[in-house]
Amino acid sequence: MQFDSLADFFNMGGYAFYVWLAYGVTFFSLGTLVIVSLRQKRKILTEIAKKIQREERLKANRSN
Amino acid sequence: MNKGISFTQAFFTLLKRDLQIAIRHKGDIFNPLLFFILVVTLFPLGIGPEPQVLSRVAPGIIWVAALLASMLSLERLFKADFVDGSLEQMLLSPQPLSLMVLAKVLAHWILTGVPLILVAPLLAVLLHLDDNSYGALMATLALGTPVLSLLGAIGVALTVGLRKGGVLLSLLILPLYIPVLIFATSAIDAAGLNLPYSGHLAIIGAMLVGSLILAPFAIGASLRVSTN
Amino acid sequence: MWKWLHSYADPERAYKLAGTLLPWFSALAIGFIGVGSIWGLLFAPVDYQQGDSYRIIFIHVPAASMSMSAYMAMATSAFIGLVWQIKSADWAAAAIAPIGAVVTFIALITGATWGKPMWGTWWVWDARLTSELVLLFLYLGVISLYASFEDKVLAARAAGILAIVGVINIPIIKYSVEWWNSLHQPATIKITEKSSMAMEMLMPLLINILGFGLMIGAITLVRFRAEILARNGMRPWVRELATAEGVK
Repeated sequence: MQFDSLADFFNMGGYAFYVWLAYGVTFFSLGTLVIVSLRQKRKILTEIAKKIQREERLKANRSN
Repeated sequence: MNKGISFTQAFFTLLKRDLQIAIRHKGDIFNPLLFFILVVTLFPLGIGPEPQVLSRVAPGIIWVAALLASMLSLERLFKADFVDGSLEQMLLSPQPLSLMVLAKVLAHWILTGVPLILVAPLLAVLLHLDDNSYGALMATLALGTPVLSLLGAIGVALTVGLRKGGVLLSLLILPLYIPVLIFATSAIDAAGLNLPYSGHLAIIGAMLVGSLILAPFAIGASLRVSTN
Repeated sequence: MWKWLHSYADPERAYKLAGTLLPWFSALAIGFIGVGSIWGLLFAPVDYQQGDSYRIIFIHVPAASMSMSAYMAMATSAFIGLVWQIKSADWAAAAIAPIGAVVTFIALITGATWGKPMWGTWWVWDARLTSELVLLFLYLGVISLYASFEDKVLAARAAGILAIVGVINIPIIKYSVEWWNSLHQPATIKITEKSSMAMEMLMPLLINILGFGLMIGAITLVRFRAEILARNGMRPWVRELATAEGVK
C-alpha cells in the first residue's frame, strides 16, 4: 500500500483532480457504452415481438 | 465476342461528355472557384491585415481553402449521373469501371482543380506570400489537387445514394486529406526559407501515383454498393 | 482445414457461440481491469518524477494501444465480410466501431488530463495525440456512414470499404503527422518515458492492457449478438426468442 490514509489516497499526491477526472471519465464512458449495448438487445427483441403481434392481429382480422 | 468500343475510346468519350456537360452548366465550374476566393479573402479580415502574419499563414489558408473547395465541388461528381440513371449504364458497360471512374475524376479535376491552380497565385498576392514560394505553391497544387479529387471521389461514391450526404462527406474525406495538407504546406514553407522542397514534392507525387492506382478500384466498389 | 470455421457463419450458431463466450470474456475483463486498476492506484510505487499523476498511465496506455487494435480488428472483419461475403463478419465490424470510438475518446481524454499536470497544458499538437484525434474522426466516419444507410447490408459494405481505405491511410497519416510534428514542435515538451519501467509499475499496466482487450471483446460480443438479432428479425429462431423474452 502506497498511501497512509484514505484521505491521502483520494488526494493522489496533489494530483487528485487530474487522476480522478481521468478515471471518472473512463469508467463513466465505458459504463455508458456497456449499458447502451446491453439495452440494445432487449430493444430489438421487443421490436421484433411487437412486429409479430401486429402480423398476427392482421392475420386474425383477415380471416374474419 | 464484340466488346463495343475500345478502352481508350470509352475513356475519352466519357471525359469529353463530362467536360461538355460542365461547360453547359457554367455554375459548376465557377461556384467552387468563387468559394475558394471568398474563403481566402475572409481570413485577412479575421486575422488582421499585417503582412508578416499573413505571409506566415498564407500556405495554410490557401491549402485549407483548396481542400474545402475541392470537397464542395466533388459532391456533384456522381449525383447527376446517379439521378438520371447513366451511372447504372456505366456500371453495366463492358469497359472496366475503374477506367470510367478515372475519366470522370479527371474531368472533374480539369474543371475544378486547374482553375484553382490558375487563380491561386492571385490569392497568394493578396496574402503577401513569400516571393520564393510561388513555384512551390503551383507545384504542390498541381500534384496535390488530383490526389484530393481521387480520394474525395471515394467518399462521394460512398454517399451518392444518400439524401443527406453533405456533412457526412466532410467527415469521411477530410481526415484522408491530412497528409496532402501537411506535405504541401511544409513544401511551401520550405521554399519560403530558400530550402530545397523536392523531397516534399516527391512524397506528394508518390501519393498521387498511389491514389491513381488504388483509388479507382475503391471508387468503383463504392459505386457498386451505392447503386445496388 | 478451415472448413469447421464456416459453420459459424450461420447466424444462429454465431449467436450461440457469442453467448457461450460472453460470460468468460466479461468475467475475465472485470477481473483483470479490477486487479490492474486497484494495483495501479493503490500499490504501484510513486514515480519519482511525476508523482502520483502517472497513475493515469494504467488506463491511458491500454486505451491508446487498444484504440489502434480495435480499428485493425474492425477493418479485418470488414475485409472478410467484403471478400468472402460472410455477413457475420460485417456485423462484427459494425459492432466494434462504436467501442473503438469510445476507447479512442478515452485515450484522448486521459491523455489530456495527464498532459495538464505534466506539460501544463491540456492539449499539445503532439504527433501521437494528433494521430489519435484523426483515428477518432475515422471511427466516427465509419459509424455515421453505417448509420446513414437504411439497408444495413449495403451499409456494412460501404462502411467496410471506408474502413479498409482508412487502414491504408492510417500509416500515411501517422507518418505525416509525426514528420510534421518534428518540424513544428518545439523540443521542450516531451513525454517523459523510461525505457525500463519498474516491475511493480509494469505488471498492473500489462494486466490492464489485457483487461481492456478482453473488455473490448466482451462488449463486441454483446453488440454482435444484438446486431445478429436485428439483422435476422425474420428468421424463425429469432422470432421464437422474441416471443419468449420480448414483450413483458
